[in-house]
Amino acid sequence: MSQDIFVVIEHLRGQVADVSYAMLAGARQLSKASGGEVVAVLLGHNAQGLASNLAADRVLYVDHPALAEFTSDAYQIVLAGLIQEHAPRAVLFGHSSIGMDLASSLSARLGIPVVNSCRTFTDDGKFVSQICGGKIMAEGNLPSPALATMIPGGYKAEEGQSAQTPPLTAVSAPALDNLRVAVKQYIEPDTSDVDISKEKMLVSIGRGIQNKDNIELANELADALGCAVSASRPVVDQGWLPTTRLVGKSGKHVKPKIYLALGISGAPEHVEGMGESEVIVAVNTDPNAPIFNIAKYGTTIDMFDLLPVLIEKVKQAK
Amino acid sequence: MKIAVPIKFVPDLVEELTIDPSGTALDTTWLRLIINELDDHAVEQAILLKERSGGEVTVLSAEADGVDDFLFTAAAKGADRLIKLTGDFSAADNHALGRAFADVIKELQPDLILTGVQAHNDLDGSVGPLLAEYLGLPYVGYVAGIALDGNKVVARKEYAGGLVAEVEVKLPAVLGIQAAEQPPRYVAYSKIRQVMGTAKIEERPVSNLESSGGVVVGRLFQPEVAERATMLEGSPEDVADKLVGLFKELGTL
Repeated sequence: MSQDIFVVIEHLRGQVADVSYAMLAGARQLSKASGGEVVAVLLGHNAQGLASNLAADRVLYVDHPALAEFTSDAYQIVLAGLIQEHAPRAVLFGHSSIGMDLASSLSARLGIPVVNSCRTFTDDGKFVSQICGGKIMAEGNLPSPALATMIPGGYKAEEGQSAQTPPLTAVSAPALDNLRVAVKQYIEPDTSDVDISKEKMLVSIGRGIQNKDNIELANELADALGCAVSASRPVVDQGWLPTTRLVGKSGKHVKPKIYLALGISGAPEHVEGMGESEVIVAVNTDPNAPIFNIAKYGTTIDMFDLLPVLIEKVKQAK
Repeated sequence: MKIAVPIKFVPDLVEELTIDPSGTALDTTWLRLIINELDDHAVEQAILLKERSGGEVTVLSAEADGVDDFLFTAAAKGADRLIKLTGDFSAADNHALGRAFADVIKELQPDLILTGVQAHNDLDGSVGPLLAEYLGLPYVGYVAGIALDGNKVVARKEYAGGLVAEVEVKLPAVLGIQAAEQPPRYVAYSKIRQVMGTAKIEERPVSNLESSGGVVVGRLFQPEVAERATMLEGSPEDVADKLVGLFKELGTL
């Protein structure tokens, strides 16, 4: 086994995902503990340009027409081969739509342990994972070798970017025949609705809103404030608001001046989309809700007691 | 079309979570278990597909408090077969669970396997992709919407920012569900009671369960926070006044 840390670079339609840069920063910390190099693993077709600003010691690049779009099938075949050949100390994936299609499958295929939801690593090579909706952290020795999925928040993307292009080694792809997964087409996000990522303030609702009728309260407050209503996943899954209003991992990433979170617990999938808001104000009856860990101001007053009063006071203040 | 839906029970996050004296596990004394929400969506998606195109839906779970009720509820919604894996699952991680599911699902020979894309207590990977690999099947996760098309399916795979990829997957396959096409349906308790009289839960004993994933937790802890929120105290009127002041100060009002 080598002491190198591999980072599987995630990219979609010509753009490297931020989590990839954050992973490079995490890999740098692990490599200091292991004494190995940080190796970016880039799979694609005519995609070597994406390696230009990766803060890695070197890049392994695999080019093949079957890798032009991400599919779990082709990526798994290529990565299994690379991991077996190079035997790195650890391989990092995003805890994302791409990385989660790969890490567990490769763990089962190669018999290498996988640790999910790593937020940070420690200088002595431990993983720190965030589980139970952000309420619990789990720490342990990163198995050797290991695969790991990483959630955002532990490292800044800028730390994984470099002005210097790392040396790139092109590796030939194995046979990619009889693939069982293929991308047919992409469907663009709906742009007919208000773009919540451009709003100065958001009134955002979560599970605590309880039912569809209560959304009128959030609408009233947003109207009074002249801003838009957004939501966390459970509200959109219930069909109470359209997906254009979804904030989080598979929704919009927003950075308003004020993010007023009403009845939102603050699970990692949601925080991924709003954690960089300038000021987060959280209203949640659960004093242990993780949202209070990232909010600047909070209250445990029931939103149904607070909102009618707040709406009136905002109207008066205008 | 035969559809299998392996599901998992997880700690209810609404309850306060406490860590046991060993410091490496949750205290289970008062721990309430509930269905992993995304698995509930997987059950709904399976029943939607059955209603649309016919077929047989089998829901599988490891034994736990509350699982029987959930299985009967699934039957009341339209599931045809209910299978409960029995044994000591106390040390079983997702690798062990994935293997146990794989052994039973092999016999069922389903065309499609749907399960939640993740659970909040996953640490050694996620059940869906582990199961897929143990069965030698393709896996696609983050799916919200499925169209059947002969010997393949077209899955709507979600990416960040609201982008969706239509992905064609050859059957048999495992799909990790992020959301069903409609929210999990409500079913009246009277209907569940009715089903309890007729539906049968098939039990399958499982041995050799262990934490085979190889991830060892040294310490569990509550997040350490550099700066927690400043709590606004007082009556709703007091808090509303403070918020209006804040909105003005930051120029959003």
